[in-house]
Amino acid sequence: MEIDPFIFRLSIFILSIFVGYYVVWSVTPSLHTPLMSVTNAISSVIIVGAIIAALSGGSGIIFSSSSIFGFLAIVLAAVNIFGGFLVTQRMLAMYKKKKKDK
Amino acid sequence: MSANLSAIMYLISGVLFILALRGLSSPETSRQGNLFGIIGMVIAVTVTFLSVGNFSSGFIYVLIFLAFGGSIGAFIAYRIPMTAMPELVAGFHSLVGLAAVFVAISAFINPEVFGLGTPGNIKLASLIEMAIGAAVGAITFSGSVIAFLKLQGIMSGAPITFKGQHVLNALILISIIVLTFYLCSTQSSNLFWILIAVSFLIGFLIIIPIGGADMPVVISMLNSYSGWAAAGIGFTLENTALIVTGALVGSSGAILSYIMCKGMNRSFFNVILGGFGATEQSAADKNKEQKPVKSGNADDAAFLMKNASSVIIVPGYGMAVAQAQHALREMVDTLKKNDIKVSYAIHPVAGRMPGHMNVLLAEANVPYDEVFELEEINNDFANADVAFVIGANDVTNPVAKTDPQSPIYGMPVLDVEKCKSVLFVKRSLSPGYAGIDNDLFYKENTLMLFADAKKMTEDITKNL
Repeated sequence: MEIDPFIFRLSIFILSIFVGYYVVWSVTPSLHTPLMSVTNAISSVIIVGAIIAALSGGSGIIFSSSSIFGFLAIVLAAVNIFGGFLVTQRMLAMYKKKKKDK
Repeated sequence: MSANLSAIMYLISGVLFILALRGLSSPETSRQGNLFGIIGMVIAVTVTFLSVGNFSSGFIYVLIFLAFGGSIGAFIAYRIPMTAMPELVAGFHSLVGLAAVFVAISAFINPEVFGLGTPGNIKLASLIEMAIGAAVGAITFSGSVIAFLKLQGIMSGAPITFKGQHVLNALILISIIVLTFYLCSTQSSNLFWILIAVSFLIGFLIIIPIGGADMPVVISMLNSYSGWAAAGIGFTLENTALIVTGALVGSSGAILSYIMCKGMNRSFFNVILGGFGATEQSAADKNKEQKPVKSGNADDAAFLMKNASSVIIVPGYGMAVAQAQHALREMVDTLKKNDIKVSYAIHPVAGRMPGHMNVLLAEANVPYDEVFELEEINNDFANADVAFVIGANDVTNPVAKTDPQSPIYGMPVLDVEKCKSVLFVKRSLSPGYAGIDNDLFYKENTLMLFADAKKMTEDITKNL
């Protein structure tokens, strides 16, 4: 009997939850704010769906009812990707250790 | 690009996202982690372009929209002050939620492109995943918008409650399930629109009864929702990168909510049901007579600290509001020059989001190895000479340890009262967000400094 591909995706999903669980517990509390901004940025990988939707019209029609939603989603996700990664980088650059020469 | 190759590439980008979070286990590896995240994102976007393989004029528009959104995001990221980080994160969550809704709508209108069937005849599993993605996305969006408005101060941070609120919310949640069920059996687009509208409504209703001080939980919860929405869409699109990321973000947000709830000794449901501090204790505290309070000025505070050998700083949301972190660091520098040992104590729920205070101190160039979590430092208060409480209140309230009647009873608090003397910078004697009086104000060894946090810190530095 063949296994439905859905089951494979479900397995990936469940295992990823566990990976996430253990990885996030090891995040130091002082970096919880960068954690939130970086998870924000990576969840915007939803842009892959937006790109597929935006290019759905093929070469003929660029703006159809479904591709317009795709384009809008691209803008929203792009704000998040650039904003999320850059603000995380800005924050992380500020975390410094005590100078040793003191 | 073949479907198998792109699936592997998506898997790689998923792994890079895991490494991005793994990097955050220490500040040294965190910058590298962020780089992994960026690489993962670039891979995912590039693979999508290659697998669609449609480099028509539509492709140009995709790049234009991408650049447009990207420049807005970059602009915000560079301009935002660190004190506004909670608002920013709430705002970003709303965008993820809305993007998920838009992708779901697009997939519903035009399922062929995604290989999900034809309009009116979408595969059952895909339809359920789509409905979940759209509903959770819509809840994330409207909930985050309310959180944003509350944090920004456009909307009052006070909980908004009304009679029958919980019944109404429960009915709406049930209706979402019923709507999804009928949507699957009829494939009606009207039901799909109603489902989205109702989800927007419930997101709004869930967040309005939650007060300002509970925002750390709310933001973490919405963080989690945005992940589950992404995962829902990931199942629809059969995309590994999205499924992995959705699961990571979903569990990350859930853990943060748990940590925040534990920091307040409240159950998750207690926070979500909302209305904390609105009723029970206001009556009890009113009949308390005015107790004497010792108040001082910057000169007194400077005198106390000059004669101390160790000082512990307890920052809170008030420091963020007054933007006092730089002034504080200058004060600490002066103290250090006088050979006074200084450390910082951070309560898990200090501020408006997890890790809020740490970011502000980092911004003010405070080395992160001088900043300690509650468990690490709580025993040190007994040996310290001065506790300098700046903008914190409820997290220092000893009532959490002594009075079982108190709404914050059992909440872990910083043992500030064990210090030889306590300096409390505060604008007035008003109670904190939990709405309860802080016994610490009336203690023998407490000196209240009534002033704006920034101004007071600057004055103390001058007097040192």
